[in-house]
Amino acid sequence: MPSLLGNIFKGWADYSKGNEEGGHHDYEHMYALVIDLDRCTGCNACSTACYAENNLPVVGEDKFGARQAMHWMRVERYFDEPDMDPDMGPDTSNIEDANETGTQSRGASFLPMMCQHCNAAPCEPVCPVGATYHTVDGLNAQVYNRCIGSRYCANNCPFRVRYFNFYDNSESWPAPMEQQLNPDLSVRSKGVMEKCSMCLQRTRAARDTAKREGRELKDGDIQTACQQTCPTSAILFGDLLDEASAISKVWKNHQVKLGTYKQDKENPELRGYRIFEELNVDTKVLYLERVREV
Amino acid sequence: MSAQQNLPHKHLTQDQVKDIDENIEWAKINADVLRSMENPRRGYWVAMFISVALFSIMIYAEVHQYIYGMGDAALNTSHMWDLYISTFVFWIGMSHSGTLLSAILHLVHADWRKPIYRFAEAMTTFSLLTAGIFPVIHLGRVWNFYWVMPYMSDRGLWPNFRSPLIWDAFAITAYLTSSVLFLYIGMIPDLAICRDNAKGWRKKLYTWLSLGWRGDDAQWRNFRFTYLMIACLLIPLAVSVHSIVSMDFSMSIMPGWHVTTFPPYFVAGALYSGCAAIITLFILLRYFFKFEHFMTMPILDKVCKLTFVIAMVWTYLNLVEFASVWYGHDIPSKEVLLAKASGPYSPFFWAMMFFGSVLPFALLSQWIRRNMYVLFFVSVFLNVGMWLERWMIVTPTLSLGYHPQAFNVMWPGWVEWAMVGGSFGWFGMLFLVFVKVFPSVSMYEVKEMVYHRKRTVYEDVDEMMNLHSGVPGPGPGPLPGSPPTPAPQSTGGI
Repeated sequence: MPSLLGNIFKGWADYSKGNEEGGHHDYEHMYALVIDLDRCTGCNACSTACYAENNLPVVGEDKFGARQAMHWMRVERYFDEPDMDPDMGPDTSNIEDANETGTQSRGASFLPMMCQHCNAAPCEPVCPVGATYHTVDGLNAQVYNRCIGSRYCANNCPFRVRYFNFYDNSESWPAPMEQQLNPDLSVRSKGVMEKCSMCLQRTRAARDTAKREGRELKDGDIQTACQQTCPTSAILFGDLLDEASAISKVWKNHQVKLGTYKQDKENPELRGYRIFEELNVDTKVLYLERVREV
Repeated sequence: MSAQQNLPHKHLTQDQVKDIDENIEWAKINADVLRSMENPRRGYWVAMFISVALFSIMIYAEVHQYIYGMGDAALNTSHMWDLYISTFVFWIGMSHSGTLLSAILHLVHADWRKPIYRFAEAMTTFSLLTAGIFPVIHLGRVWNFYWVMPYMSDRGLWPNFRSPLIWDAFAITAYLTSSVLFLYIGMIPDLAICRDNAKGWRKKLYTWLSLGWRGDDAQWRNFRFTYLMIACLLIPLAVSVHSIVSMDFSMSIMPGWHVTTFPPYFVAGALYSGCAAIITLFILLRYFFKFEHFMTMPILDKVCKLTFVIAMVWTYLNLVEFASVWYGHDIPSKEVLLAKASGPYSPFFWAMMFFGSVLPFALLSQWIRRNMYVLFFVSVFLNVGMWLERWMIVTPTLSLGYHPQAFNVMWPGWVEWAMVGGSFGWFGMLFLVFVKVFPSVSMYEVKEMVYHRKRTVYEDVDEMMNLHSGVPGPGPGPLPGSPPTPAPQSTGGI
């Protein structure tokens, strides 16, 4: 009996604490990313690695075309003359140097886009069952078992990086391909929301290893799948609370701080920016602008 | 249809001016209403068949969705809600008319509500039962829908009380409970009348439901008090429930949803679609059940005027929203607004503006207000406009949002259409069962109304009858066949 009521009231106490303080603030880590767009070649290796690491189903061409794909990490293409057409093709009609194949000779700009792990995440307060929440690692976590699929979180996500299992996608791995599934995390069932977890299973594994070896977690212990795979090392993962970490230095060098919607940079030439900073969602992915010849 | 339809319009008779014929016999009121509950005609069975068919398609779609997932609704990564939530908002809106007619007009002593409030209240209850389906079936894991309820779990799990969807769950269940109570309590004296005239299973049912009503003084006193109390409780609930539904949108950060004026705008829209639905059902009931003596043209006229006023309030709030977005210079919101008016969804947007803001001006014409054929179509199209309004709130925002990569246009899949159609079938089923099992006109309140009308002189009624007949003095006599009318009294007050 004590355990029964104890759990109920402890759950309530935890809940109301988080509620009154507007979310979690006792962070042990603050995992974040840096993506250098100047190094990105748009090769999609990060996306592929993510598919392999996180058991993402391959939905096939039809469903991909219907925008029901499950790519947690997607590499977005942007052309000089953005075309709002739903066909997504580059609008070459008014570009002089378009070559015969209909592509711009100058090529696209690329933007790897995944969950930005906002510290003031719009998806968190709207979930009716609290299936998405902030962890002590500073990550925006999704509890698959708790999710009932109301999809409110995805509607409220300005980045549209939440992916819903519209179908039972287990057919994506016909035998014997299920053998290559990552055993460190589940395969999600239909009707569940999912999104980039910054390779939470790797974070947990590294923490356990460090504990087993009787040492503190150190910078570089954890690599996300996309970071590990990126051929040009455009992606950097690390803990912002660790002053000495490589990622902290990049954030500092580019004079980008957490917890604000307006960065005052001394040097406007610095390339670092966060997407939709003005929405005050406090994202944790720092993009370094691509420098191009005019 | 009725005799008065054949009369020239400029020559108004008593039937066209008086809310109710005050000389109608009490026994006739009972007989007419009780007759309406028996012997369903062929039209009833046709309507029932259509409703059941639509509902069956919905069941099929839901089973399909349960087995194969939400994908065949054509939802995608940007469009997560679409018709499920817009139709949900539509049905919640429909539920507001009953409260308006029964509770608000009850409190302000507008007694012309009496013959028509019962079916409006039933509409409230059944719209809520219909609306309640959508938040459940739109869930990806529908079998876990009860997780939104704050039940005691030994794992200490609570729902997220910050989520507007949780507020929805509370607001709707509270409103549903009270509106069912209101409908039921207001029906007790009538159920006693049914009990006294029924046989077989109906006798048992009404005996059980009428709670031993004898109609003595103490019972009436308690009844009046309870009814008034629930009416007072229901009004703030009705306002709150649609405000909370609007917060599903306005509490989000999406452009086109994050609008401060949404709560009053939604409440106005709700009353609007509810009133239009009352006109539709009024005409259907009057026609099918031959309720010409109770659901009279002057009452319909008043409902039309009320609808017009609410339509103008809705139009005003709609324009206020557009203006605040336009002058607010929030670029994404403005883009959504422009896309509504000129993008792929623009035909529906302009249809909504036409049906919602221009068509109600038809109600200014007395000819239309008194022509039931035209009025029926006008009221149906007003509601089409209101349904489009909800769709135009949900979908254009999702098709744009903030992130350009995710901009896309989607059209609802067959599963969604089946759900929308099925919701009308479900509503129709419930309503059709209701009108045959319960009295759809309040007998005891019509008697009250007749009683009061007999003892009160209405200056405007006398005046209109004299004015329109073109002769000074008393108006034209009663229709042939109806009981003699006492000569109108002088208009020097009561």
